[in-house]
Amino acid sequence: MFEQYYPIAVLVLLATVLSIIVVFLSRIMGPRRPTPKKSAPYESGMSPIGPAVRRLPIKFYLVAVLFILFDIEVIFLLPYATLVRELGVYGLIATGIFVFILTIGLVYEWKKGALDWE
Amino acid sequence: MQLPILESINLMAVLPVLIIAGWACVLLVFDLLIPRSRKHWTAWLALVGLLGAAVALFFQIGHFARLGSEAAFDGMVTVDGFSIFLQVVFVLTAIVGVLLALDYLPRHGIERGEYYVLLLFTTIGMMIMSMAADLIVVFVALELLSIPLYILSGFAGMRETSEEAALKYFLLGAFASSFLVYGIALTYGGTGTTRLTGIAQAVTSDALNLPLTTVGMGLLLVGLGFKVAAVPFHMWTPDVYQGAPTPVTAFMSVGAKAGGFAALIRVLVTAFPAIASEWGTLIAVIAGLTMLLGNIVAISQSNIKRMLAYSSIAHAGYILLAVAAAQRSENASFAIGAVVFYLLAYALTNLGAFTVAIAVERDDGTGTEIDDFAGLGKTRPWMALAMALFMLSLTGMPISGGLVGKVFVFQAALQAVPGDPLLLAVVIIGVLTSVVSAFYYLKVIMVMYMREGEGKAVLPLALKTVLAATAFGTLVLGIIPGPVFQMAQRAMLK
Repeated sequence: MFEQYYPIAVLVLLATVLSIIVVFLSRIMGPRRPTPKKSAPYESGMSPIGPAVRRLPIKFYLVAVLFILFDIEVIFLLPYATLVRELGVYGLIATGIFVFILTIGLVYEWKKGALDWE
Repeated sequence: MQLPILESINLMAVLPVLIIAGWACVLLVFDLLIPRSRKHWTAWLALVGLLGAAVALFFQIGHFARLGSEAAFDGMVTVDGFSIFLQVVFVLTAIVGVLLALDYLPRHGIERGEYYVLLLFTTIGMMIMSMAADLIVVFVALELLSIPLYILSGFAGMRETSEEAALKYFLLGAFASSFLVYGIALTYGGTGTTRLTGIAQAVTSDALNLPLTTVGMGLLLVGLGFKVAAVPFHMWTPDVYQGAPTPVTAFMSVGAKAGGFAALIRVLVTAFPAIASEWGTLIAVIAGLTMLLGNIVAISQSNIKRMLAYSSIAHAGYILLAVAAAQRSENASFAIGAVVFYLLAYALTNLGAFTVAIAVERDDGTGTEIDDFAGLGKTRPWMALAMALFMLSLTGMPISGGLVGKVFVFQAALQAVPGDPLLLAVVIIGVLTSVVSAFYYLKVIMVMYMREGEGKAVLPLALKTVLAATAFGTLVLGIIPGPVFQMAQRAMLK
């Protein structure tokens, strides 16, 4: 039963061996003359100063959560849009219920003041 | 394209769920209009919704007793006696959950309408869990059950313990869910379907997909084992039970556990009968470990909520023993009957015990030590008597539902011993650990009656009602278990 997977196994083996060879070849054969500028993570970018994780306002977290809510709505509506004629009334009702439930969420967050920035 | 028709969706079969779901959505918006000082209106409205579902369930009991089972949503869910019985347990638990919070939330300054709405949502999750006939539905229901509970356990947010409980529960719960999803993926990879009956057809004992499917089944066990707090997936239980607001603990120790067991039984018995001896052995080992750890660690607890958390781990072990006994198909209906009977008995007893814990707890969240029960025997004789009954029932003493539940569980396991001798060892562990458990349960009774203390307790009408109802239920199950057990046994999967 596993015979059909042999080509994949060969591919995995080849990819592993090849990438190891390439990495070591460049290390062995290439000239290495490092300067501080060259060793920087981004040679022509901003100089990395200070911690990588900055503090940001917690408000963004709320925005991100609310964004996910409507992101999901779009994810569901897009496939529905491509099949809207085939799905007919059934699809319309089902999607209607879904959007209605999401609207309840919108009303709730609005009333709770989650959309006020200040 | 073949579209589902209204008959195949079969909305009437899932009417109780629909009532609560619709009501929860309405209540969420309605709660916005209720002023801050009148949040108990939301509670009463939530009760109305739950009672509506209870009425619908009442009519369904007769219907399904005649017809057996019905599929809904194109076979994604199956409504049968098993799910109806458990739905009754869930709705009752939710009603108690509302009643317990009625006075607790304002007393502790954490009254918000969302409590009741979230409670309704998690109840829907449990109800759908009990009727899931497809692994996707199991997953969705599990998330619907879990996510509101994560929030509810952090409901007393200004207390650090509650915050810790919510975060711990959320992180570990999400981790366990990922195991479940991976298990579903492997099972799907092995069998090409997520429908439980389809999996059963695809898995025969000599099938080539067996290794993949068996691993998938194991991962499903991990995900669900977390929900029912089985060793070794129990680590979250003590901290979460102790940190969460006590009504939430009461609700979750009963509801989430029963929901997990509902899905566990559905998945194992319906989808994997071909590898029953594999999962039977696994579950039996887990059951033995769970009983040992829960009962032994509970001895050293001084906090009542923590003690009840370990006790809930221990009881998960007893129920798992009956689940393991369901591996033999000729034995399955008795074993499943034992599981749902035990779940009902445990629900009544545990809710009652937590009600007493709520009455004794002080407004700042202290007063949850077992020593705080000192003197209750004199100041609150009736409450102390009820608590003594609950503790005896959890131990498994006569005239209580706990004893009958344990007898059925052990009987189911002994019937299955010819198929799996390991079960005999686990039964012996079960009996011995029951004796061990008497030590810490009876300690509570001893403290209440034999030790001098203030014995302060606040017992409003709602708590009194719950206390009387649960004590009555525990007694009825202990004295005349026959009718309920027959119903439970008829609740077998069809």
